[in-house]
Amino acid sequence: MTITPITLADRISAGHAAESPLSTEEYFVNMGPQHPSTHGVLRLVVRLDGETVREVIPVCGYVHRGIEKMGEYLTYRQFGHLTDRMDYLSAITNNWVVAMAVEKAAGIETNDRIQTIRTICAELQRIQSHQLWWGVFGMDLGAFTAFLYGFRDREMVTDIFEETTGARLTMNYIQPGGLMYDIHPDFVKGVKKFLAYFKPKLVEYDTLFSGNVIVQARLRGIGCLSPEAAVSLGATGPVLRGSGLACDLRKNQPYGAYGKVQFDVPVGITGDCWDRYWVRMEEMRQSIRIIEQLIDGIPEGKHMTIKPTSKIKVPEGIYYEQAETARGILGVLIASDGGEKPYRIHMRSPNFNNLWCVTKAAPGHRIADLVAILSSVDIVVPDIDR
Amino acid sequence: MTGAELISAVTRLEAAAQPREKVNMPAVVIPSAIVPDFMRTMRDDPQLAFDMLCTHTAVDRIGEGRFELLYVLYSTKHRHSLTVSAMIPRENPEVGSVSGVWAVAEWQEREVYDLLGVLYANHPDLRRLLLEDDWKGFPLRKDYKDDFMLELPK
Repeated sequence: MTITPITLADRISAGHAAESPLSTEEYFVNMGPQHPSTHGVLRLVVRLDGETVREVIPVCGYVHRGIEKMGEYLTYRQFGHLTDRMDYLSAITNNWVVAMAVEKAAGIETNDRIQTIRTICAELQRIQSHQLWWGVFGMDLGAFTAFLYGFRDREMVTDIFEETTGARLTMNYIQPGGLMYDIHPDFVKGVKKFLAYFKPKLVEYDTLFSGNVIVQARLRGIGCLSPEAAVSLGATGPVLRGSGLACDLRKNQPYGAYGKVQFDVPVGITGDCWDRYWVRMEEMRQSIRIIEQLIDGIPEGKHMTIKPTSKIKVPEGIYYEQAETARGILGVLIASDGGEKPYRIHMRSPNFNNLWCVTKAAPGHRIADLVAILSSVDIVVPDIDR
Repeated sequence: MTGAELISAVTRLEAAAQPREKVNMPAVVIPSAIVPDFMRTMRDDPQLAFDMLCTHTAVDRIGEGRFELLYVLYSTKHRHSLTVSAMIPRENPEVGSVSGVWAVAEWQEREVYDLLGVLYANHPDLRRLLLEDDWKGFPLRKDYKDDFMLELPK
């Protein structure tokens, strides 16, 4: 038995042979890699029949940096900082999942203060990620105002992060054994101020955008994904929950301080773009709820339980740990040989698995709908390519 | 189900599956020849119902001359996970594709082919995913070398 790999050129010529029942001619169009709606450098090869999408072939790898290969030459602590560059809108959760895996494997203790601050920061991050998504989603549908509103409000969260971590995007905040720095003295005040500001703004988002008749017409019934299809496609996060499955690690396998707080897991019904949209809007409200329950009772304690210079060795074996980012389940798989560096480290990124939903959801819709579907899946390309 | 119950349920269905030590969750190791059939059983058995392939990757065990294929399975119904491991030789690394069991395997297997050079039989679209089509070699192999790589300082 010989297995012969093929190339993109083979793939396209094979797809072109498909016959349309009408005497129309199908053709391929490249969307990207420099298309604004692909949110980075993702290329979609789209097979079109007139304006109807017949097939979508994503071509990725334009920002492949070999993070997994680099990880084999870095210590666990160093690798944590590299993960910020994957899903840059979930930098804190990316750090957290590596820290969590290493802490459990190497038996590093943490305390309640660390876990509470991590949870608050992860939820703030989820809010700012969804704010950015909301703005960009509006822009993709042609509503430029939403873009400005989303970014205006996101500034407040990035300011809070900048105060504590010194960075606005790649925060490098969580590391094995604790946090890089303790929170800024104004952190609690800043977060409360932000929540008081943002709650009425969410209502404004709905008035401005969600209830808009054009938005409804563009989103309802577009790009439906059945729960069975979504699970088989490996979708997680708002994409899976939009299809009606209440699968949220924060609820199912609580980590950090999620076991102590009350919150609901919003789910959709039909799995169309609107459901994915609404799940994210609702998630912002739930994140506010979680932060409100935690912000007043941050326990006292140290922000770091081990020396920042101490060597971390992970016993030989395979470790898989996962956490819920703004986009779904981020997993890290470490194959250790007992040393300070991983023998092999693999990241299970939510965007990688969510992207393929587009190939199933888009055929049959128009090009403009493809933009809406891609945007409703909310992908971050550096996380796909790694 | 506890981890021990899960493993005994799996080994009852497939006698060739053996528990794999040193994994932080329930894990079994199976012969590589039965991978697609075994995975289909895992998905279709109502007690196990592993409906999601969470991730699939491979580890280059160059000292043993083998690749270790790792599949992390998750059940959204029962909310339990299982790691399945299978060993294939480094020379002529071939294994059956599970893209007929879970749709996402098509792309996860493409990534493993791209970076480690594992060949999947009956894969609908086996081509490189992240690197260019004419890339030489497989970067995540431990003996990979190219002109741009720098030597680590001693």
